[in-house]
Amino acid sequence: MRMINYISIIAVPATIFLILLYGLIEKKAVFDIFIKGANDGVKMVIKIFPTLVGLFLAIGALSSSGVLDFIINLIKPILICTKIPPEIMPLAILRPISGSGSIAVATDIMKKYGVDSLIGLMVATIMGSTETTLYTIAVYTSSVNIKKTRFVLFAALAADITGMIASVVIWRILSKSFS
Amino acid sequence: MLNVIWPIFIIISYMYAIINGNVEKINNAVFEYTEMAVNLTITLLGTMCLWNGLVEIASNTKLISIINKILNPIVNFLFTNSKNNKKIHKEISMNLIANLLGLGNAATPLGLKAMKSMQEQNENKERLTDDMATLIILNTASIQIIPTTVIGIRMSLGSLQPTKIIFAVWFSTICAAIVGIVVTKMCIKLKL
Repeated sequence: MRMINYISIIAVPATIFLILLYGLIEKKAVFDIFIKGANDGVKMVIKIFPTLVGLFLAIGALSSSGVLDFIINLIKPILICTKIPPEIMPLAILRPISGSGSIAVATDIMKKYGVDSLIGLMVATIMGSTETTLYTIAVYTSSVNIKKTRFVLFAALAADITGMIASVVIWRILSKSFS
Repeated sequence: MLNVIWPIFIIISYMYAIINGNVEKINNAVFEYTEMAVNLTITLLGTMCLWNGLVEIASNTKLISIINKILNPIVNFLFTNSKNNKKIHKEISMNLIANLLGLGNAATPLGLKAMKSMQEQNENKERLTDDMATLIILNTASIQIIPTTVIGIRMSLGSLQPTKIIFAVWFSTICAAIVGIVVTKMCIKLKL
Protein backbone atom coordinates (compact mmCIF):
# COMPACT_ATOMS: atom_id res chain seq x y z
CA MET A 1 0.00 0.00 0.00
CA ARG A 2 2.91 2.34 0.65
CA MET A 3 3.85 1.70 -2.96
CA ILE A 4 0.48 2.97 -4.22
CA ASN A 5 0.81 6.10 -2.15
CA TYR A 6 4.32 6.59 -3.50
CA ILE A 7 3.16 6.25 -7.12
CA SER A 8 0.56 8.97 -6.54
CA ILE A 9 3.16 11.28 -5.02
CA ILE A 10 5.80 10.71 -7.69
CA ALA A 11 3.50 10.91 -10.77
CA VAL A 12 3.40 14.70 -11.08
CA PRO A 13 7.07 15.48 -10.42
CA ALA A 14 8.18 12.59 -12.66
CA THR A 15 6.05 13.88 -15.56
CA ILE A 16 7.32 17.44 -15.13
CA PHE A 17 10.92 16.23 -14.91
CA LEU A 18 10.61 14.12 -18.06
CA ILE A 19 9.03 16.92 -20.10
CA LEU A 20 11.60 19.52 -19.05
CA LEU A 21 14.48 17.10 -19.62
CA TYR A 22 13.32 16.41 -23.19
CA GLY A 23 12.87 20.10 -23.85
CA LEU A 24 16.42 20.80 -22.69
CA ILE A 25 17.98 17.89 -24.62
CA GLU A 26 16.29 18.97 -27.84
CA LYS A 27 17.38 22.57 -27.17
CA LYS A 28 13.88 24.04 -27.38
CA ALA A 29 13.00 27.54 -26.15
CA VAL A 30 11.44 25.82 -23.14
CA PHE A 31 10.34 28.89 -21.23
CA ASP A 32 8.82 30.67 -24.24
CA ILE A 33 6.87 27.56 -25.18
CA PHE A 34 5.74 27.19 -21.58
CA ILE A 35 4.38 30.75 -21.51
CA LYS A 36 2.52 30.20 -24.77
CA GLY A 37 0.81 27.08 -23.44
CA ALA A 38 0.10 28.68 -20.05
CA ASN A 39 -1.66 31.53 -21.87
CA ASP A 40 -4.11 29.07 -23.39
CA GLY A 41 -4.69 27.66 -19.91
CA VAL A 42 -5.73 31.10 -18.61
CA LYS A 43 -8.17 31.60 -21.48
CA MET A 44 -9.74 28.20 -20.84
CA VAL A 45 -10.31 28.80 -17.14
CA ILE A 46 -11.63 32.35 -17.62
CA LYS A 47 -14.04 31.02 -20.23
CA ILE A 48 -15.69 28.53 -17.85
CA PHE A 49 -15.82 30.94 -14.87
CA PRO A 50 -19.32 32.43 -15.53
CA THR A 51 -20.76 28.95 -16.03
CA LEU A 52 -19.20 27.81 -12.77
CA VAL A 53 -20.69 30.74 -10.83
CA GLY A 54 -24.14 30.04 -12.24
CA LEU A 55 -24.05 26.34 -11.50
CA PHE A 56 -22.46 26.73 -8.06
CA LEU A 57 -25.35 29.03 -7.25
CA ALA A 58 -27.93 26.41 -8.24
CA ILE A 59 -26.14 23.57 -6.44
CA GLY A 60 -25.68 25.78 -3.37
CA ALA A 61 -29.41 26.50 -3.30
CA LEU A 62 -30.34 22.83 -3.75
CA SER A 63 -27.86 21.70 -1.15
CA SER A 64 -28.51 24.27 1.61
CA SER A 65 -32.31 24.24 1.28
CA GLY A 66 -32.38 20.51 2.00
CA VAL A 67 -33.79 19.46 -1.38
CA LEU A 68 -30.69 17.39 -2.11
CA ASP A 69 -30.91 15.54 1.22
CA PHE A 70 -34.58 14.93 0.57
CA ILE A 71 -33.80 13.25 -2.78
CA ILE A 72 -30.93 11.25 -1.26
CA ASN A 73 -33.26 9.96 1.46
CA LEU A 74 -35.74 8.83 -1.18
CA ILE A 75 -33.22 6.63 -2.97
CA LYS A 76 -31.30 5.56 0.13
CA PRO A 77 -32.96 2.11 0.51
CA ILE A 78 -31.79 1.06 -2.96
CA LEU A 79 -28.25 2.21 -2.31
CA ILE A 80 -27.75 0.62 1.07
CA CYS A 81 -27.83 -2.88 -0.40
CA THR A 82 -25.33 -1.93 -3.13
CA LYS A 83 -22.91 -0.45 -0.53
CA ILE A 84 -22.62 2.74 -2.56
CA PRO A 85 -22.54 5.71 -0.17
CA PRO A 86 -25.78 7.68 -0.82
CA GLU A 87 -23.80 10.92 -0.40
CA ILE A 88 -22.14 10.48 -3.80
CA MET A 89 -25.43 9.89 -5.63
CA PRO A 90 -26.02 13.50 -6.79
CA LEU A 91 -22.65 13.37 -8.55
CA ALA A 92 -23.32 9.97 -10.10
CA ILE A 93 -26.53 11.27 -11.65
CA LEU A 94 -25.14 14.59 -12.89
CA ARG A 95 -21.70 13.44 -14.05
CA PRO A 96 -22.64 12.15 -17.54
CA ILE A 97 -24.89 15.16 -18.23
CA SER A 98 -23.01 18.31 -17.26
CA GLY A 99 -19.28 19.01 -16.87
CA SER A 100 -19.44 22.28 -14.93
CA GLY A 101 -22.48 21.05 -13.02
CA SER A 102 -20.63 17.99 -11.81
CA ILE A 103 -17.66 20.12 -10.77
CA ALA A 104 -20.05 22.17 -8.63
CA VAL A 105 -21.70 19.09 -7.08
CA ALA A 106 -18.36 17.35 -6.47
CA THR A 107 -16.95 20.44 -4.78
CA ASP A 108 -20.06 20.70 -2.63
CA ILE A 109 -19.82 17.06 -1.52
CA MET A 110 -16.09 17.29 -0.82
CA LYS A 111 -16.60 20.43 1.23
CA LYS A 112 -19.49 18.95 3.18
CA TYR A 113 -17.86 15.63 4.10
CA GLY A 114 -14.21 16.70 4.06
CA VAL A 115 -11.90 16.72 1.06
CA ASP A 116 -9.63 14.03 2.54
CA SER A 117 -12.45 11.89 3.96
CA LEU A 118 -13.34 8.56 2.39
CA ILE A 119 -16.34 10.08 0.59
CA GLY A 120 -14.26 13.06 -0.52
CA LEU A 121 -11.65 10.75 -2.04
CA MET A 122 -14.28 8.62 -3.79
CA VAL A 123 -15.93 11.70 -5.28
CA ALA A 124 -12.61 13.07 -6.52
CA THR A 125 -11.77 9.72 -8.10
CA ILE A 126 -15.15 9.58 -9.88
CA MET A 127 -14.53 13.09 -11.24
CA GLY A 128 -11.08 12.10 -12.48
CA SER A 129 -12.07 8.83 -14.10
CA THR A 130 -15.29 9.72 -15.95
CA GLU A 131 -16.32 12.19 -18.63
CA THR A 132 -19.36 14.25 -19.59
CA THR A 133 -20.53 11.29 -21.66
CA LEU A 134 -23.70 12.70 -23.22
CA TYR A 135 -21.95 15.88 -24.31
CA THR A 136 -19.07 13.96 -25.86
CA ILE A 137 -21.39 11.67 -27.80
CA ALA A 138 -23.47 14.63 -29.01
CA VAL A 139 -20.43 16.61 -30.19
CA TYR A 140 -18.78 13.68 -31.95
CA THR A 141 -21.86 12.41 -33.78
CA SER A 142 -23.33 15.78 -34.74
CA SER A 143 -19.98 16.97 -36.14
CA VAL A 144 -20.38 14.48 -38.99
CA ASN A 145 -24.20 14.61 -39.15
CA ILE A 146 -24.74 11.07 -37.94
CA LYS A 147 -28.13 10.09 -36.61
CA LYS A 148 -27.80 6.37 -35.99
CA THR A 149 -25.52 6.14 -32.96
CA ARG A 150 -26.10 2.39 -32.49
CA PHE A 151 -24.92 1.06 -29.13
CA VAL A 152 -22.64 3.99 -28.21
CA LEU A 153 -24.77 5.46 -25.41
CA PHE A 154 -25.21 2.05 -23.82
CA ALA A 155 -21.49 1.21 -23.96
CA ALA A 156 -20.48 4.67 -22.67
CA LEU A 157 -22.88 4.51 -19.73
CA ALA A 158 -21.66 0.99 -18.92
CA ALA A 159 -18.13 2.42 -18.79
CA ASP A 160 -19.27 5.34 -16.61
CA ILE A 161 -21.02 3.09 -14.11
CA THR A 162 -17.95 0.84 -13.99
CA GLY A 163 -15.76 3.88 -13.31
CA MET A 164 -18.01 4.95 -10.45
CA ILE A 165 -18.18 1.51 -8.86
CA ALA A 166 -14.42 1.06 -9.29
CA SER A 167 -13.81 4.43 -7.57
CA VAL A 168 -15.88 3.35 -4.57
CA VAL A 169 -14.35 -0.14 -4.42
CA ILE A 170 -10.71 0.97 -4.72
CA TRP A 171 -11.08 3.42 -1.82
CA ARG A 172 -12.84 0.82 0.31
CA ILE A 173 -9.84 -1.47 -0.26
CA LEU A 174 -7.19 1.25 0.15
CA SER A 175 -8.71 2.73 3.30
CA LYS A 176 -8.99 -0.70 4.89
CA SER A 177 -5.37 -1.52 4.32
CA PHE A 178 -4.18 1.94 5.39
CA SER A 179 -5.83 1.64 8.78
CA MET B 1 -31.76 22.67 -21.50
CA LEU B 2 -30.08 24.64 -18.71
CA ASN B 3 -32.33 27.60 -19.52
CA VAL B 4 -35.19 25.66 -17.96
CA ILE B 5 -33.50 23.43 -15.37
CA TRP B 6 -31.33 26.13 -13.83
CA PRO B 7 -34.10 28.55 -12.77
CA ILE B 8 -36.35 25.65 -11.73
CA PHE B 9 -33.65 24.25 -9.42
CA ILE B 10 -33.25 27.60 -7.71
CA ILE B 11 -36.99 28.28 -7.43
CA ILE B 12 -37.71 24.82 -6.02
CA SER B 13 -34.89 25.28 -3.50
CA TYR B 14 -36.33 28.60 -2.30
CA MET B 15 -39.83 27.15 -2.05
CA TYR B 16 -38.55 24.14 -0.10
CA ALA B 17 -36.55 26.43 2.17
CA ILE B 18 -39.55 28.67 2.84
CA ILE B 19 -41.76 25.69 3.73
CA ASN B 20 -39.12 24.28 6.05
CA GLY B 21 -38.22 27.66 7.50
CA ASN B 22 -34.55 27.82 6.62
CA VAL B 23 -34.52 30.77 4.23
CA GLU B 24 -31.61 32.29 6.09
CA LYS B 25 -29.46 29.27 5.37
CA ILE B 26 -30.10 29.48 1.65
CA ASN B 27 -29.45 33.22 1.65
CA ASN B 28 -26.01 32.70 3.13
CA ALA B 29 -25.35 29.79 0.81
CA VAL B 30 -25.90 31.89 -2.32
CA PHE B 31 -22.95 34.09 -1.43
CA GLU B 32 -20.86 31.31 0.03
CA TYR B 33 -21.15 29.24 -3.15
CA THR B 34 -20.34 32.06 -5.55
CA GLU B 35 -17.24 32.64 -3.45
CA MET B 36 -16.44 28.93 -3.74
CA ALA B 37 -16.62 29.28 -7.53
CA VAL B 38 -14.16 32.18 -7.36
CA ASN B 39 -11.73 30.27 -5.13
CA LEU B 40 -11.88 27.22 -7.36
CA THR B 41 -11.25 29.32 -10.46
CA ILE B 42 -8.23 30.99 -8.90
CA THR B 43 -6.72 27.62 -7.99
CA LEU B 44 -7.56 26.20 -11.41
CA LEU B 45 -5.86 29.19 -13.05
CA GLY B 46 -2.64 28.09 -11.42
CA THR B 47 -2.87 24.37 -12.14
CA MET B 48 -4.21 24.74 -15.68
CA CYS B 49 -1.56 27.33 -16.60
CA LEU B 50 1.19 25.11 -15.27
CA TRP B 51 -0.12 21.99 -16.96
CA ASN B 52 -0.97 23.55 -20.32
CA GLY B 53 2.47 25.14 -20.41
CA LEU B 54 4.19 21.83 -19.68
CA VAL B 55 2.15 19.92 -22.22
CA GLU B 56 2.91 22.58 -24.82
CA ILE B 57 6.61 21.83 -24.22
CA ALA B 58 5.96 18.09 -24.45
CA SER B 59 4.13 18.45 -27.76
CA ASN B 60 7.11 20.30 -29.20
CA THR B 61 9.54 17.47 -28.39
CA LYS B 62 10.00 13.85 -29.47
CA LEU B 63 8.04 12.71 -26.39
CA ILE B 64 4.94 12.79 -28.55
CA SER B 65 6.36 10.35 -31.10
CA ILE B 66 7.50 8.05 -28.26
CA ILE B 67 3.97 7.93 -26.80
CA ASN B 68 2.69 7.45 -30.34
CA LYS B 69 4.90 4.37 -30.76
CA ILE B 70 3.66 2.90 -27.49
CA LEU B 71 0.04 3.52 -28.50
CA ASN B 72 0.38 2.14 -32.01
CA PRO B 73 -0.30 -1.55 -31.27
CA ILE B 74 -3.32 -0.55 -29.17
CA VAL B 75 -4.69 1.64 -31.96
CA ASN B 76 -4.15 -1.20 -34.46
CA PHE B 77 -5.99 -3.62 -32.23
CA LEU B 78 -8.93 -1.30 -31.52
CA PHE B 79 -9.48 0.26 -34.92
CA THR B 80 -9.80 -2.60 -37.37
CA ASN B 81 -11.72 -0.92 -40.24
CA SER B 82 -9.14 1.73 -40.99
CA LYS B 83 -6.14 -0.56 -40.61
CA ASN B 84 -4.34 0.60 -43.73
CA ASN B 85 -5.25 4.24 -43.50
CA LYS B 86 -2.19 5.97 -41.99
CA LYS B 87 -3.84 9.39 -41.93
CA ILE B 88 -6.79 8.24 -39.84
CA HIS B 89 -4.49 6.32 -37.51
CA LYS B 90 -2.37 9.37 -36.91
CA GLU B 91 -5.40 11.53 -36.14
CA ILE B 92 -6.73 8.93 -33.72
CA SER B 93 -3.34 8.69 -31.98
CA MET B 94 -3.09 12.47 -31.60
CA ASN B 95 -6.57 12.53 -30.08
CA LEU B 96 -5.65 9.77 -27.61
CA ILE B 97 -2.38 11.51 -26.68
CA ALA B 98 -4.20 14.78 -25.98
CA ASN B 99 -6.61 12.82 -23.77
CA LEU B 100 -3.76 11.10 -21.92
CA LEU B 101 -2.13 14.45 -21.21
CA GLY B 102 -5.42 15.79 -19.88
CA LEU B 103 -5.98 18.34 -22.63
CA GLY B 104 -9.73 17.97 -23.11
CA ASN B 105 -9.93 21.16 -25.15
CA ALA B 106 -7.22 20.08 -27.56
CA ALA B 107 -8.47 16.49 -27.73
CA THR B 108 -11.92 17.37 -29.07
CA PRO B 109 -10.85 19.15 -32.30
CA LEU B 110 -8.34 16.34 -32.98
CA GLY B 111 -11.02 13.71 -32.40
CA LEU B 112 -13.47 15.51 -34.66
CA LYS B 113 -10.84 15.60 -37.40
CA ALA B 114 -10.52 11.81 -37.14
CA MET B 115 -14.32 11.50 -37.22
CA LYS B 116 -14.42 13.56 -40.42
CA SER B 117 -11.79 11.39 -42.11
CA MET B 118 -13.63 8.23 -41.07
CA GLN B 119 -16.93 9.65 -42.33
CA GLU B 120 -15.36 10.07 -45.78
CA GLN B 121 -14.75 6.29 -45.85
CA ASN B 122 -18.17 5.53 -44.41
CA GLU B 123 -20.62 3.88 -46.80
CA ASN B 124 -23.75 4.70 -44.82
CA LYS B 125 -23.40 8.38 -43.93
CA GLU B 126 -26.20 8.27 -41.35
CA ARG B 127 -24.76 5.44 -39.28
CA LEU B 128 -21.62 5.25 -37.12
CA THR B 129 -18.93 2.82 -38.28
CA ASP B 130 -17.39 0.39 -35.77
CA ASP B 131 -14.25 2.51 -35.57
CA MET B 132 -16.18 5.72 -35.02
CA ALA B 133 -18.07 4.09 -32.16
CA THR B 134 -14.78 2.90 -30.63
CA LEU B 135 -13.28 6.39 -30.85
CA ILE B 136 -16.28 7.93 -29.10
CA ILE B 137 -16.16 5.32 -26.34
CA LEU B 138 -12.45 5.97 -25.76
CA ASN B 139 -13.16 9.69 -25.54
CA THR B 140 -15.95 9.23 -22.99
CA ALA B 141 -13.64 7.11 -20.83
CA SER B 142 -11.27 10.05 -20.26
CA ILE B 143 -8.03 8.17 -19.67
CA GLN B 144 -5.48 10.64 -18.36
CA ILE B 145 -2.08 10.46 -16.73
CA ILE B 146 -2.54 13.42 -14.39
CA PRO B 147 -6.13 14.36 -13.47
CA THR B 148 -5.35 18.08 -13.28
CA THR B 149 -8.81 19.51 -12.71
CA VAL B 150 -9.62 17.26 -9.75
CA ILE B 151 -6.23 17.95 -8.21
CA GLY B 152 -7.06 21.65 -8.59
CA ILE B 153 -10.44 21.20 -6.88
CA ARG B 154 -8.78 19.30 -4.03
CA MET B 155 -6.19 22.06 -3.65
CA SER B 156 -8.83 24.79 -3.52
CA LEU B 157 -10.53 22.92 -0.66
CA GLY B 158 -7.30 22.70 1.31
CA SER B 159 -6.51 18.99 0.92
CA LEU B 160 -3.41 17.83 2.79
CA GLN B 161 -2.26 15.79 -0.20
CA PRO B 162 -4.08 16.83 -3.42
CA THR B 163 -2.35 14.21 -5.61
CA LYS B 164 -3.29 11.30 -3.33
CA ILE B 165 -6.03 10.20 -5.74
CA ILE B 166 -3.83 9.62 -8.80
CA PHE B 167 -3.42 5.86 -8.44
CA ALA B 168 -7.12 5.35 -7.71
CA VAL B 169 -8.04 7.45 -10.75
CA TRP B 170 -5.77 5.31 -12.96
CA PHE B 171 -7.37 2.17 -11.60
CA SER B 172 -10.97 3.35 -12.11
CA THR B 173 -10.40 4.91 -15.49
CA ILE B 174 -8.74 1.74 -16.81
CA CYS B 175 -11.58 -0.42 -15.45
CA ALA B 176 -14.08 1.92 -17.15
CA ALA B 177 -12.19 1.92 -20.44
CA ILE B 178 -11.87 -1.88 -20.48
CA VAL B 179 -15.59 -2.36 -19.84
CA GLY B 180 -16.41 0.27 -22.47
CA ILE B 181 -14.23 -1.44 -25.07
CA VAL B 182 -15.43 -4.96 -24.23
CA VAL B 183 -19.08 -3.86 -24.51
CA THR B 184 -18.29 -2.08 -27.78
CA LYS B 185 -16.50 -5.11 -29.25
CA MET B 186 -19.35 -7.38 -28.15
CA CYS B 187 -21.96 -5.10 -29.74
CA ILE B 188 -19.90 -5.01 -32.94
CA LYS B 189 -19.74 -8.84 -32.97
CA LEU B 190 -23.49 -9.02 -32.45
CA LYS B 191 -23.88 -6.57 -35.35
CA LEU B 192 -25.90 -4.09 -33.30
